[in-house]
Amino acid sequence: MAGGAAPGGSVQSKTYREARGWLLLPAWVTLGILTLAPLTIMLVYSFLTKEFRGGVIWEFSLDAYDQFFFDRGLFGDEPPRIEWTYIGIFWRSIWQAGAATILSLLIGFPTACFIATRPEKERTLWVFLVTIPYWVNLLIRTVSMKFLLRDEGPLSDGLIAIGAISEPLGIVNTNLAVQLGLFYSYLPFMVLPIYAAVERYNFALSEAAADLYAPRWTVLRRILLPVVKPGIVAGCILVFVPSLGSFLAPDLLGGAKNFMIGSLIEEQFKGNAGNWPFGAAASMILLTLVLILLIASARQSQKRDG
Amino acid sequence: MAKPYDLRRYPGFFGITILCLVILYAPLAVVAVYSFNASPSITIWEGFSLRWYVDVFTGPESAKFKEAAWNSFIIAIAAATTATVIATLAATAVLRTGKFRLRTLSVGLISLPLMVPEIVTAVATLIFFNAIAFERGLMTILFAHITFCIPFAYMPISARMQGIEASYEQAAMDLYATKRQAFMRILMPLMMPGIVSGFILAFIISLDDFIITNFVKGAGVETLPTAIFGAVKQGIKPNIMAISTLLLAVSILMVAFSWLIGRRNQVEGR
Repeated sequence: MAGGAAPGGSVQSKTYREARGWLLLPAWVTLGILTLAPLTIMLVYSFLTKEFRGGVIWEFSLDAYDQFFFDRGLFGDEPPRIEWTYIGIFWRSIWQAGAATILSLLIGFPTACFIATRPEKERTLWVFLVTIPYWVNLLIRTVSMKFLLRDEGPLSDGLIAIGAISEPLGIVNTNLAVQLGLFYSYLPFMVLPIYAAVERYNFALSEAAADLYAPRWTVLRRILLPVVKPGIVAGCILVFVPSLGSFLAPDLLGGAKNFMIGSLIEEQFKGNAGNWPFGAAASMILLTLVLILLIASARQSQKRDG
Repeated sequence: MAKPYDLRRYPGFFGITILCLVILYAPLAVVAVYSFNASPSITIWEGFSLRWYVDVFTGPESAKFKEAAWNSFIIAIAAATTATVIATLAATAVLRTGKFRLRTLSVGLISLPLMVPEIVTAVATLIFFNAIAFERGLMTILFAHITFCIPFAYMPISARMQGIEASYEQAAMDLYATKRQAFMRILMPLMMPGIVSGFILAFIISLDDFIITNFVKGAGVETLPTAIFGAVKQGIKPNIMAISTLLLAVSILMVAFSWLIGRRNQVEGR
């Protein structure tokens, strides 16, 4: 930061006050028309009647949400029972995204700690090394993962060659492959916020605890972890949220059996299902879940900051 | 009291860091190596060859990929440029016009595309174009890309602007520069590293996008990711690995470039 500007100091600058409206107008117009309006129309569409093979009929209907939560039999005349198919797909997505998040945390936390405790000059280089893969096209990364993991792929062949396994790996089209794919897609998002938190951490706190005879792993658990928790939470959210709605990893690595929310929604618009209101309703439910999560974590961090 | 160990070091953390880097790079390295394979099979190694790179540029699918690459490039340039301009103006409004009522809301609106899951944005945008009967094609892709590029362009731009004190512009205006001159001749040159970073970030994000493009593109219009996805659905072929490796090289060059700019940014900022 340039010389000693107080936090929010530049806010006090009013140089272009008269032009404020004109400066903001392009952003408001673009985002208003292309983000706010579409989300509103999506909400409306989720309450309309479906037209076969895509599109909607402008007639109010709760069918989309009804189909999501209730099963009324083949002809729709039986008493409603809870429909578990779609709730199950959401549940599986949450579980898959959660597993990927935990995996990223297990690898990402030690990595972030290690980088943050390097000499200052080295840190940039390490951070750079961790971030480069993020800049590579996600599709290409996912395809690469599939290439590596597939049966007859280099990993499987290598493990057979050294005698670690006797059968081909058989990972592709399993839950594990999807978890690995998601983990691989978003791992840098876990490392960066934790790194930022540990870098600010004052290791004198650790010294103090150790002087009072705390073993080093106790110091880690009781002192370092609680202090850098905001960074960990941020990292988990940055991995979990995009994993939850991801499409590429489950589609390319999971196959037809390991459907996630992303594929369910995509089916409604691009695939054979062609039920737009249902796709809009599923999107609304996903959006609601994500917003609840984001708001909860924002309130949590507000509470922490006082 | 001297401790027998360093509290900043934990055993095993170095090993996990190396593991982390191996995981991050191994898939990309494997694909890059196999793109030079002479064999048409993706499994057997038959020696070094550039045939799949030749195939990318002259093979039976080359016309399709060339068109897709051109579309991707044009859209990324146009979307990143527009998003950078919008983000620069918005950052000026947020950071250089004092406090105002819609300030928090404006920042929230700018970061909204980051909070909404990509697939939801894709659905909403598709439905929107359908509702206003806007024919899907290159333009719909461009509009969608401009939107989600704005927050990515905004981040480095606003970070840079926060680091530039208003006194520079003040000094210019004390010397009878108009506000327009202060903006164009003082603030903008100082902002350049941030603007270039924002542009590159937006450019890469646009180039990277698959889901939203796949939803809003018209029939027959492809960008590189959608064309690659279509090809991968038929099975991973060696020419896909060659294209992937080329894109990998482009990404790494752009990141290296933006890193160099970022370093200049820091040096000047001090």
